[in-house]
Amino acid sequence: MTRDFLSVRGLRHFYGELQTIDGLDLSVPAHQVLGLVGPSGCGKSTLLELICGLREARAGEIAIGGDAGSAPERLARCAFMPQRDLLLPWFTALDNAALALRNRGAGKAASRKRAGELFERFGLAGFEQARPEQLSGGMRQRVAFLRTLLSDKPVLALDEPFASLDAITRAEMQEWLAARLAEDPRTVVLVTHDVEEALYLSDRVAVLSRRPARVVDSLAAPAPRAPDRDAAVTDQGFVAARERAMHALREAADRP
Amino acid sequence: MRRWLLPALLLAGLIGAWQIAAGSGALAGALNLEPFLVPSPAEIGSSLWENRALLAENGWVTLREVLLGFVFALVAGLGFAVLLHLSETLRRASYPLLIASQTIPIIAIAPILVVWLGFGIWPKLAIVTLVCFFPITINTLDGLRATEPDAIKLMRTLDASRWQILRRVEAPGALPYAFSGARIAAVFTTIGALFGEWVGSNSGLGHQILLDNGQLETARMFAAVVVLSLIALSLFGLIALAERRIVTWR
Repeated sequence: MTRDFLSVRGLRHFYGELQTIDGLDLSVPAHQVLGLVGPSGCGKSTLLELICGLREARAGEIAIGGDAGSAPERLARCAFMPQRDLLLPWFTALDNAALALRNRGAGKAASRKRAGELFERFGLAGFEQARPEQLSGGMRQRVAFLRTLLSDKPVLALDEPFASLDAITRAEMQEWLAARLAEDPRTVVLVTHDVEEALYLSDRVAVLSRRPARVVDSLAAPAPRAPDRDAAVTDQGFVAARERAMHALREAADRP
Repeated sequence: MRRWLLPALLLAGLIGAWQIAAGSGALAGALNLEPFLVPSPAEIGSSLWENRALLAENGWVTLREVLLGFVFALVAGLGFAVLLHLSETLRRASYPLLIASQTIPIIAIAPILVVWLGFGIWPKLAIVTLVCFFPITINTLDGLRATEPDAIKLMRTLDASRWQILRRVEAPGALPYAFSGARIAAVFTTIGALFGEWVGSNSGLGHQILLDNGQLETARMFAAVVVLSLIALSLFGLIALAERRIVTWR
């Protein structure tokens, strides 16, 4: 059995009086991807912020690498990729990607060199000096993901990373992300609205209930990050898993 | 260039109409005044030329007050905005007072400042700084506080310190706000300098306007007004130019 790298036990959280998370348990083995799907407003984003140490939970524990750490300790081990790319318009693509390196005190030249070495593989060659507004939606997400990876954190929290893209670009980006994670494996928590995206990119998908969020179903993905996405998502096993997840999701949304 | 065409045409039309009304004596007649009290644009233009040495000398005095006062307000306003942004206690304590302070008519405290600071450049600088400080501070503070919460969260997970968040995210984002505050302040500078000079001085365009008023030199008063508005307009233009050079991402 693989040892869990990230584990969440009995997590409870409130916004004032409103309970957003109720006794939630999750576990992610090292270098695996956990997909989270759930009804809108069920507290998925809050959960990511709790995992990343951007908030402290009311009760429960979140352990990374076996240590149950406080929020600042988790913050040091998790990187967050928000739904909108939030690239800084005053920096070039290269400086945006190198932001974490610069924040940790690396020199300008050294940070740019290290980020620049990955531009080719990220399909961004030639756009080092471009400003974010000059990049397409897919390129912006790639810069944002590079920025997240270069934080050198073992845990990545991705909050609907491709929600703003059109369907074709999104499918391309999923395949692309799968390839990047194969080269540079991390422990990933992926929040998405898209069941197909969750099942394709994740090793395991957890379906969350309406607020307050609990895990109502958890299923293993049939072919995590298969090189040929189109073949993988039309496979019979995949379609069956998607139907099961959709069913669980619909039940979760309907249940009062 | 196109966007200047309509205002330029309107201005030319207004000056032309004024020229006809004043040049023919019709305007003075309608106001029941001696014609020399109602100068035409052409007369103001020749007064500008004839009095160029005097206007340049007094203009330089006023320009210095305007520029130095503006720079003081800029430094103090930006610094204070950052301070208020970083300290919530300080912000909650001083923000309402800052707003309330704007109800104090600067013209009323100008004489007090002259009593305290004398007849030299200092009371004028103080008044210009006071009128410019508010728009710069408030706009910059609004800009700093307009940063998206998600951008700050993102920076925190990218190991940014408070200072790095300020320098790399909040401050650049606040720049356009600070510039618009500075542009508003630029328009107020000459008003501040003028109040200061009216209350007590022996040089400057405001001083000259008072003397000309006593001597019924209306053409030269208008000439001084033209120079004053040119000063404010140049400062405004300079700030707009700086903004275009610095805020390249908009």
